[in-house]
Amino acid sequence: MKLPKFVVEKRSHLPVWLRVLLPVFAILLSFIFTSIIILFAKKNPISAFYNIFYGALGTRLGLMETIVKTTPLILTGVAVSLAFTGKFWNIGAEGQLYAGAFAATWVGIMKLPLPSPLYILLEIAVGFIAGALWGVIPGVLKAKYKVDDVVTTLLMNSIMIYLVTAVLEGAWRDPVTSWPQSIMIATNAEFPKLVAKSRVHFGIVVALVAIVLVYILLKYTKLGFEIRATGSKSEAAHFLGINTTKTIILTALISGGLAALAGVGEVAGLHYHLTENISPGYGYTGIIIAMLAGLNPIAVVLASFFFGIIITGAQYMSRITGITSFIADVVQGVILLTMLGMLLLQEYGIRRAK
Amino acid sequence: MKEFLTAGFLIGLLSATLRMATPLIIATLGETFSERSGVLNLGIEGTMLLGSLVAFLVAYRTNNLWLGVLSAGFSGILLSLLMAFFTVTLGVSQHVSGLGITIFASGLSLFIYRQVIGSPSIPPTVTTFKTVAVPLLSRIPIVGPILFDQYALTYIAILLVPICGYILFKTNFGLSLRAVGENPESADALGINVYKTRYVSLMIAGFLMGIAGSFFTLAYFNMFLYGIVGGRGWVCIALVIFANWIPSKVLLGALLFGGVDALQLRLQAIGFNIPYQFFLMMPYVLTIIVLVIVARRASYPSALLKPYRRE
Amino acid sequence: MEAVVSMRGIKKVFPGVIANDNVNFDAYRGEIVALLGENGAGKTTLMKMLYGMYSKTEGDIFVRGRKVEINSPKDAIDLGIGMIHQHFTLVNPFTVIENIILGMKENGIMLKLDDAKRKIQDYMKRYQLYVDPDSKIFQLSVGEKQRVEILKVLFRNADVLILDEATAVLTPQEAENLFKTLKILKDEGKSIIFISHKLYEVFEISDRIVVLRNGKVIGETSPTETNIKELAKMMVGKEVIDIVSEKSRKVGNTIIKVEDLFATSKRGHMAINGISFEVKSGEILGVAGVSGNGQKELEDVISGIKKPHSGAIYFNGQNITGSSPKNIIDFGIGRIPEDRMENGIIGEIPIYENIVVECYDSKPFCNAFFLNYREICKYAENLTSEFDIRTPSVNFPLRTLSGGNIQKAILARVLSREPRFIIASQPTRGLDVGATQYIHSKLIEARERGCGILLISEDLDEILNLSDRIMVLYNGKVMGFADKSELSREEIGLMMTGTKKEALNEVA
Repeated sequence: MKLPKFVVEKRSHLPVWLRVLLPVFAILLSFIFTSIIILFAKKNPISAFYNIFYGALGTRLGLMETIVKTTPLILTGVAVSLAFTGKFWNIGAEGQLYAGAFAATWVGIMKLPLPSPLYILLEIAVGFIAGALWGVIPGVLKAKYKVDDVVTTLLMNSIMIYLVTAVLEGAWRDPVTSWPQSIMIATNAEFPKLVAKSRVHFGIVVALVAIVLVYILLKYTKLGFEIRATGSKSEAAHFLGINTTKTIILTALISGGLAALAGVGEVAGLHYHLTENISPGYGYTGIIIAMLAGLNPIAVVLASFFFGIIITGAQYMSRITGITSFIADVVQGVILLTMLGMLLLQEYGIRRAK
Repeated sequence: MKEFLTAGFLIGLLSATLRMATPLIIATLGETFSERSGVLNLGIEGTMLLGSLVAFLVAYRTNNLWLGVLSAGFSGILLSLLMAFFTVTLGVSQHVSGLGITIFASGLSLFIYRQVIGSPSIPPTVTTFKTVAVPLLSRIPIVGPILFDQYALTYIAILLVPICGYILFKTNFGLSLRAVGENPESADALGINVYKTRYVSLMIAGFLMGIAGSFFTLAYFNMFLYGIVGGRGWVCIALVIFANWIPSKVLLGALLFGGVDALQLRLQAIGFNIPYQFFLMMPYVLTIIVLVIVARRASYPSALLKPYRRE
Repeated sequence: MEAVVSMRGIKKVFPGVIANDNVNFDAYRGEIVALLGENGAGKTTLMKMLYGMYSKTEGDIFVRGRKVEINSPKDAIDLGIGMIHQHFTLVNPFTVIENIILGMKENGIMLKLDDAKRKIQDYMKRYQLYVDPDSKIFQLSVGEKQRVEILKVLFRNADVLILDEATAVLTPQEAENLFKTLKILKDEGKSIIFISHKLYEVFEISDRIVVLRNGKVIGETSPTETNIKELAKMMVGKEVIDIVSEKSRKVGNTIIKVEDLFATSKRGHMAINGISFEVKSGEILGVAGVSGNGQKELEDVISGIKKPHSGAIYFNGQNITGSSPKNIIDFGIGRIPEDRMENGIIGEIPIYENIVVECYDSKPFCNAFFLNYREICKYAENLTSEFDIRTPSVNFPLRTLSGGNIQKAILARVLSREPRFIIASQPTRGLDVGATQYIHSKLIEARERGCGILLISEDLDEILNLSDRIMVLYNGKVMGFADKSELSREEIGLMMTGTKKEALNEVA
């Protein structure tokens, strides 16, 4: 019996149900692969995943912590989504986050006599600008000199982290404890807590507002249109009169600023001071979120929440099962790879040859 | 300032330069193969980390350091096969694939270490490689201790430079590999198997990156720590560009970057005023500048980053 | 005498078009056989099947009497067939030697560059193809690069050489050198298949000429049996023309004036070599010529995406040379680009966005930062019905439209702004009869409203049907201007292949 021949060909359009199903499938596939790894460690994967979800969602404390972890992820996720929409490959969200954290700390430890809302607004503004400036450098290099943005944004991460560490070990070193961390920011600079007996802070509001603004930007504004057009087909956009150079630079600016807001939130809302480990890689997780969400701002909220669950739940799970919480990092990496594979399915379909 | 000019300080510095440059040389040579064939491999950081872990665990369990090194190389090959699957067979974004491999391999390293070793109050160590003094030559004043009293891996690293240069520029395989990285359509039209060539070059790259990782836990340090690679993988990405994808220049660049590494450690010890981080930053800043210059001249492999699919 | 290569009953079908239809073709030892025809006649397609780059839909290929299946260039090379393409397949940073020996089975593990160099120098002397073997490809001139491509093929012991539009990028001097080489190769017994649309060359160097038109073999002849005029007739055909438009009665002032324009191509050679012309309002100036004679560069310069090397362009008396695409649009110049997919549309975004992409930043489509999507959609819907664009909704991505409807959308975008001047390049390429007629009628409508139109097309019928005046381009130069119906189809065809208008009578 002859086997049916299959043909791989480019899809003409993507049905909506498939667009939703692919990320879900990627997640399931990654759970399967991760489970295999857990089995190798002679542990029970079902118990592991159950406890991850229970730890993140099953208790009030867990849920609140999940929201806390989701907050910076929404911001880095939407920052990267916006950048990728304009085909600006912003791998530098981590460095931009640090820039924002740095700027917010700088403002915060000045202990200015400002009413709290104004102080908070100032922190947000300065943080945004810091991240925007940090992100626009690779943006200009790409737009004007065609320098590869992936490598430059990546290198900028290291530069910013070294800068911050240098300052923390030097001028900003805590004189009392002598540890490489800043003094606490002024109390009137702190983000208000939103839920009693939890660490949920104003940052989640900032994050959700950012989502709405980005959504409006992309869907309803001139600049959003230019970003989408340039990202979709920059040759045609250029031919049709769009200033693609200006668009790329603006994309980099806004994306950098958004990622920086994640850093602002972590300093002003959670830790109240700057440390070297203010981010355990939120900038990189943002990339995975962006890909999982298909660059859609609304979906970014869901994807960020999902990773918030994984990160928070893994801590709880590790106490219960003895599987180290680093499994969360493994899950993240595997999801990125499986999602990549799914994206191929998005572009190409397999059907029976006629 | 006086401290810098003593012979002791300088000899120590130069000797350390060669030491710190070792993993950079090996890993960057690997990345050179990869990029010369048209694949940007951002998985290098994760591959080095997993390599360092595998080397440590194998050496810890078997007391055989060289077995550890080889196992690290093998783990690198496995990761690079994964990378090749995504970028060559599936033809998806090289950037994201590489990042995914780094995130995955990093997470896997931490996970495996914690699961196997746990969190004992005194972390386990291995007896590292000892430096090997070349008889006679190591006694030459000044030059001797710098060049001829190093780890075996360092000698291997230096030897790899002309070997890789030879393979790339003087063999048929190297010619085909470079053609695939410049103009895969032309290579394909002449009967060269583009996919196979890229798979092989990625495997070479993975092997070298894994071995480079083993240096951290079996020579430079005697245990595994989370930050033991510390971003040097990204430095290697920078180094390849800095070296214009040429092995001999890789050596020069690695010595430069390794020297900066060695210097900043010593400056820390002395309590120098300028934060050592500024020295650590320099390679990255330098690379960005080089990238701008190179972008105009476009001397990077022309097919870099473009997946090849026969229509 | 038996043919070295014999193609029988060859048919090649691409989606929607029959590129070769029942073609029989032979190549013999020691001859130069020319494959002559216009663009799209099927010459390159036919040879790509011989070289293994395309698969044949039907038919057989025989090499030295044996039936063969050629599935890849490697197979062709093994059979002694080599092809020198229009777009070179050389590795730029490599040396000449490295390019020539790349991928050869005989290479062994280590490269023996000195041995190779000696052998290559022998070949160079034998075939009078001189290049510095140690030079890198990017240092070479176009003619030298071509020599390397030929050496590559000869080095692999090819008996059959296929050259595809080999003189397209050569200077007349380089072309002469090439012909000298071809004669040497022919005398050695090699078979040369020379693809060209240039009548004079074909007449000068070939032993036999096979003429293709619309994928079919029209006839076979030789320089001794025919003349230039008859060859031109075979090439472009003699069908009766349907007059679609009468000559315009409302020609006004000059809208566009191009003075002494020079422009380079992407490959670096001078593609426009000093052309000057004017387009008046209310007239259609058709640019006739085989693709590759400067049309693309002319379109790019006027569209604003390429800066000319020298020369000037005036719009309504204003110097607009070197303007950006946005400026060109704002001046009121409409562009219907040749490369629809690359320049004309952004396929992933909705139809309504594509319609307003050139004017979204002016009222009523925007105010301050925001786009007024209600206005945009209304506008798009109106245009969709006015231009009869078939789509379930203007919200769908534009790439969901069929080819004809995509072009209608582009037309709608351009015409709805009531431009004073339109440059339309290959506006009906790939479209069915209905869509073609529609586009033609819309262009004439625009002309009647006083618009000046520059119509670039390789479809001679289209040019003859629509133009009030015709300009013929060859090798980036103007061969002459003609009023509608002033010259016959054959005469235009002669101009398209290198005869200047003044010289038409001399060609008997």
